[in-house]
Amino acid sequence: MKLALHDTPNLSLNPKTSLWKQTQKARVAFLYLLPSILLFSVFIFYPMFKTIYLSFFLTDQQGEAALFVGLDNYQDLLTSQSFHKSIKATLLFVLYTVPAGIIIALFLALMANEKLRGIGFFRVIYSSTMGISVAASSVVWLFLFHPSTGMFNRVLNLFGIAEIQWLLDPDWALFSVSVSTIWLNLGFSFLIILGGLQNIDEHLYESARIDGASYWYQLRRITIPMLSPTLFFIITISLINSFQTFGQIDILTKGGPSESTNLIVYSIYKDAFINYQFGTASAQAVVLFICVLLLTILQFKLGEKKVHYQ
Amino acid sequence: MLKKVELLNISKTYDRKQDVISSISVTIEPGEFFVLVGPSGCGKSTILRMIAGLEDITDGVIKIGEKEINDLPPSKRDLSMVFQNYALYPHLSVEENIIFGLHVKKISKSERKKRCSEAADMLGLGSYLQRKPRELSGGQRQRVALARAIVNQSPICLMDEPLSNLDAKLRAHMRSEIRQIQRHLGITMIYVTHDQVEAMTMGDRMMILHNGEIQQIGKPIDIYNRPANPFVATFIGSPPMNLVSCTNNWKTGEININNHLRFFIKPEDQPAVRNRQLTVGIRPEHILHSSNRLTNTIKMQVQVINVEVLGTETIFAFHLGGKEWLAKWNGQWRLSVNDIVPIEIDYNSICLFDKKTGGLIKAPAKIERHIIEQEVMI
Repeated sequence: MKLALHDTPNLSLNPKTSLWKQTQKARVAFLYLLPSILLFSVFIFYPMFKTIYLSFFLTDQQGEAALFVGLDNYQDLLTSQSFHKSIKATLLFVLYTVPAGIIIALFLALMANEKLRGIGFFRVIYSSTMGISVAASSVVWLFLFHPSTGMFNRVLNLFGIAEIQWLLDPDWALFSVSVSTIWLNLGFSFLIILGGLQNIDEHLYESARIDGASYWYQLRRITIPMLSPTLFFIITISLINSFQTFGQIDILTKGGPSESTNLIVYSIYKDAFINYQFGTASAQAVVLFICVLLLTILQFKLGEKKVHYQ
Repeated sequence: MLKKVELLNISKTYDRKQDVISSISVTIEPGEFFVLVGPSGCGKSTILRMIAGLEDITDGVIKIGEKEINDLPPSKRDLSMVFQNYALYPHLSVEENIIFGLHVKKISKSERKKRCSEAADMLGLGSYLQRKPRELSGGQRQRVALARAIVNQSPICLMDEPLSNLDAKLRAHMRSEIRQIQRHLGITMIYVTHDQVEAMTMGDRMMILHNGEIQQIGKPIDIYNRPANPFVATFIGSPPMNLVSCTNNWKTGEININNHLRFFIKPEDQPAVRNRQLTVGIRPEHILHSSNRLTNTIKMQVQVINVEVLGTETIFAFHLGGKEWLAKWNGQWRLSVNDIVPIEIDYNSICLFDKKTGGLIKAPAKIERHIIEQEVMI
């Protein structure tokens, strides 16, 4: 009886406290999320929505929306020769850098995954490009590509081959920038793939060795399938990275010669901060965003069947 | 077809200073179920991996048949292996896992299908062939690993703690299943385990290892009855043998365990213990309830400090000579802590070891086992 009396007031708690109590877990969760919500809002969500908003306007010198033009910015883009060229250069650049970069990184990682004395040294060397800033390495590449004193042309000279205007010839510039980009991104891809390789159970290889499987057979039937989640991850990241390349373009070619390396992000930068056309720049950014989004969705749809998650 | 496996003075060292395996010599007979048993870190898996060719041999010779195989790659040794974690390929189906090795060996497709279905039938995997390993239970994965070892039709099969990831009930079941498969196929099995129950129940013979050295090789029951040293005596048998050091008055033949327990060594054993310090060992099941049925036994009263009733047997602990002893009685005994119980020990069931060298001086005499065997027959 005493118990019942004591219980009744507790059961009929006033609704306010009850709601406060009910939402306790949600509030704690929100508190944990708060830092990233804040950061994302300031640096991702606000700029993103502002970009979409601006893409429907013509802007003044300060980048303030001045005149609503609806989809005109997009229509201009679709008919612009320059934008077409930019799209083409970007796609070529992605095609040059992503597959080559990943295949080289995979090759290096396979070598660095062997258990040899002093292999740690090579692991450090191969992943070292992660620690170099885009700007610093681009300056180094600028020297390597220099038409008269650069290392590449000197080597060509040794073999009696005519000099190549690496960064000045429209036929070569995109290739040269791609080479430096592959080098620059190699460290990261290498490290991720090496991590994936080291996660593969050693016993699988031992079992295959007892069965007499050759190195290539093991690579094809065990390593690549077991590595597929890692490869899928690094392909996605590389693809997105490649679409967003900016730093090395700015330092090596500034989008030239004759717009041959005018990748889409550099084109956005030029429109916005050199020509002060924030409206068309925003429209380009939105197009890029949609392209990358579609590509990633497509990749997930196609890739999921080939990827073996444990 | 069946070949023996010979290890001659096998040693292994990783740093060229300390041996992890030192001078192991043993011959494993064709068709034998041979168990390597020892505590973790004793080198048993290393020996198995050296036989498989996954680990280099620092010193010594391994022969299969009459052929030295030290430098042969694993695939040329004509053996199969089951790993502790099964090493199944997670991205391949059960069927693909089973025939992986046959595929490598370029065996025809029809033959692969045939052998796969044979092995799957033997292990009851028929309805799981298209599943992925992650969709199987632990016991089923274990069977896939077994099937993969069987389809190769290698005359020698190596197993590295294959049951240690299973629960106790399934482990007991798989013990007998593996044993039956081995008998059925007539293959030579080399089986590594840390579990003395597996070693006792499965092996034709077993080798007990400790710190990379052979402690004893022999049939399980012989090892149980005549443990070569105190390590073997405590490692084999559960609960382990009670061991206690004692003083030995070799003039009178009296043995004294901390003044708690005194008895005389029989005249025929006295020459053997002369000038030696002794360790006395007694198996828990040889500590009997004092019933006055036996004569010439050592009788005493002890105070119970812990009791475990297991249904078919009762294990209780008591202090004697500064050590905790365990006794095992058949049946259910209503004992409680602090009870004083009368016990007796037959002199014949006592084990004596040399305290310095650890060597066995006197094993439990056969006479007592005869009594047990007769009881069983009645």
